Amino acid sequence: MEYKVSLGPQHPALHEAVSLRMTLDGEVIRDADLKLGYSHRGIEKLAEERSYIQNIYLTERICGICSHSHTTCFTQGVEQLMELVPARRGLYIRTIIAELERVHSHLLWLGVAGQEAGFESFFMYTWRDREVIMDILEWISGNRVHYAMNIFGGVRRDIDELQRKKILDSLELLKKRTDYYLNLAASEPTFVGRLAGVGKLSREDAIALCAVGPTLRASGIASDVRRDDPYAVYSEMPFEVATADSCDVLGRAVVRIKELISSYAMLEFLLKNLPEGPFKVKAPRKVKPNEVYSRYEAPRGENVHYIKSNGSDKPERLKVRAPTLANYAATIAMLKNGFIADIPLIFAAIDPCICCAERLVQLDDGRRGDSRVLSFSQLRAMANERAKKIDFKKRKIAWPF
Amino acid sequence: MAILKPILYILVYPGLLFLMVYSTFCEWFDRKLYARMQNRIGPLHTGRAGILQPVADIIKLFAKEDIVPEQADKRMFSALPVFALAIVCTAALYLPVWHYGAAPSFISFPGDLIVVVYLLSLPTLIFFLAGWHSTNYFSAIGGVRVLTMLFGYEIPLLLALLSPAVLAGSWRLVEIAVFYQNHPLLMLANVIGFFIAVICLQAKLERVPFDIPHAETEIVGGQFTEYSGKKLAFFRLLGDIEMVVGAGLIAAVFLGGFPGGLLPGLAWFIVKTLFIIFLLAALRAATSRIRIDQMISFSWRWLAPLAVLQLFIVIIIKGSAS
Repeated sequence: MEYKVSLGPQHPALHEAVSLRMTLDGEVIRDADLKLGYSHRGIEKLAEERSYIQNIYLTERICGICSHSHTTCFTQGVEQLMELVPARRGLYIRTIIAELERVHSHLLWLGVAGQEAGFESFFMYTWRDREVIMDILEWISGNRVHYAMNIFGGVRRDIDELQRKKILDSLELLKKRTDYYLNLAASEPTFVGRLAGVGKLSREDAIALCAVGPTLRASGIASDVRRDDPYAVYSEMPFEVATADSCDVLGRAVVRIKELISSYAMLEFLLKNLPEGPFKVKAPRKVKPNEVYSRYEAPRGENVHYIKSNGSDKPERLKVRAPTLANYAATIAMLKNGFIADIPLIFAAIDPCICCAERLVQLDDGRRGDSRVLSFSQLRAMANERAKKIDFKKRKIAWPF
Repeated sequence: MAILKPILYILVYPGLLFLMVYSTFCEWFDRKLYARMQNRIGPLHTGRAGILQPVADIIKLFAKEDIVPEQADKRMFSALPVFALAIVCTAALYLPVWHYGAAPSFISFPGDLIVVVYLLSLPTLIFFLAGWHSTNYFSAIGGVRVLTMLFGYEIPLLLALLSPAVLAGSWRLVEIAVFYQNHPLLMLANVIGFFIAVICLQAKLERVPFDIPHAETEIVGGQFTEYSGKKLAFFRLLGDIEMVVGAGLIAAVFLGGFPGGLLPGLAWFIVKTLFIIFLLAALRAATSRIRIDQMISFSWRWLAPLAVLQLFIVIIIKGSAS
């Protein structure tokens, strides 16, 4: 018997509002569909009303996890429009923050994967280690979530000698722990049994469906903006793009753990080779009419900002494509013919940030037949009508003691 | 006096009062261990070292609004938690906690091992009914998963529990316990069966890695999705009591029971059940939830053959001894 189940918009497995409509045959998913548009914020329109400097802090608020990714993407784009060469020390510090952010995001994801798989101990361990990074970020920038480090021409705060030493010490601890997790993810039988072979996405499908980030790399494609189109100081650093060939959720976990290890190496390189000199240069207020397409490898995948300037101090258009949006099509392909038990894992494996990807809501007038579009006043009228039918005297609602 | 003892037995020890108090303590013990294994602190504020936290949780649940879904079968929906709790408490009465030496307690009779196993499998059926009568997709899926899992663990559990009984030559809990008290070395013959029974008990209690029926990231609350307030509190209490009774059953069958009269017997009961709960908590901390198909294939590929092997070992030992 086939029946339809809708997961969300409110569901314990989903951290944000999104609706997964599924046709189930017993425990097997026959068909899946995604319904978005529950948390539209209008950030792009807002960006057109604000000056470039204000927009740095607006783009930071697109996401809570990859906040630095969005502002760096925006800042780099605007710097190109301004034809401004940022300070070298500033670029190094920017990259240090970016890699620290990647580490905390991947540790967070590992914990979420553990939780979705019902492995609470793993969740507790990775989130404990994530605090080390959060403390470092707070020490450098003063904030845990929105670091507000970027400015046109460099960064707002410097890293001093003591901080440098402390970060290098913490990295040693994190390296040990991450090796342990890699070992755990490869050997704990229930965890491997749960992740292996789940959410298959073949190499061809991954390319055809435009997957990005660890989802793409776990399908065996070594694509990374940091290497393919280097920004900041990535061209000066030796690093390898982590890939896996298993094309499943286990592969995505392994890719992220490998990226953690390569991030530690990068951080060590950056901190040891931090150049002397100023950490920011002065930037002009107005920007010549032009347009730019800025790419950035966020922890979740390729992040893209399109910025169009018109000669004033405000952008004419800012278009943000967060990595989650690029991975939706692949998610639906992965969900099909999976088990109910795998839904949260498959969906979490793309590291979804739904709010970041919500851009436009189009009401389709219920043309698909499974939904209706109601205005708020209509909803209220319906609720009133329903309430009239209920006999509250019969219901005996009473305080139990 | 003759009538006083059964009343004490039912109401105080090991009946309702003792079960309620001890099961909440066991939940605290389990939570604290689980937390320490995960590098957390666990309950801390209610009572000394958070020891009253499970009691506080249950009191809080009792005070919450009790919602019955409009489409649910109201009588069944309300009666099921009470039934389940009563059945598990009944099963507790058969535990040989109050026997002096070999003198059987008043409720003991040949074959009571089977009765306890039967009574412990009834709550599973009630979980299924609870899920089915909630008329919610998540509950229905949870209920079906409960039954599917039952087919996985019930037979290995029964086989594992039977092998020490076969070696002792009795299906009466008291006699099995006394047999192993007199021949403690023979306990080693049942090591495989002991671990199978602990794993099956974990599955019966629906804890990680077998918390498939109410996996909250997949199907919200599973069979308990629609339950709230008092009824949910009953189910939670039921889970705790089932843990105590299951641990007590395994301790009675595999670990030589609780000898020495009332107070030493109580001490043995607490030590042995806490040891088994420690094993359960360690298993919970070290594993991740598995899928329902993996659970079934695991229990039929590993647990059931190993339980049969255990039975063979026992038969060979018994044959060579006689």
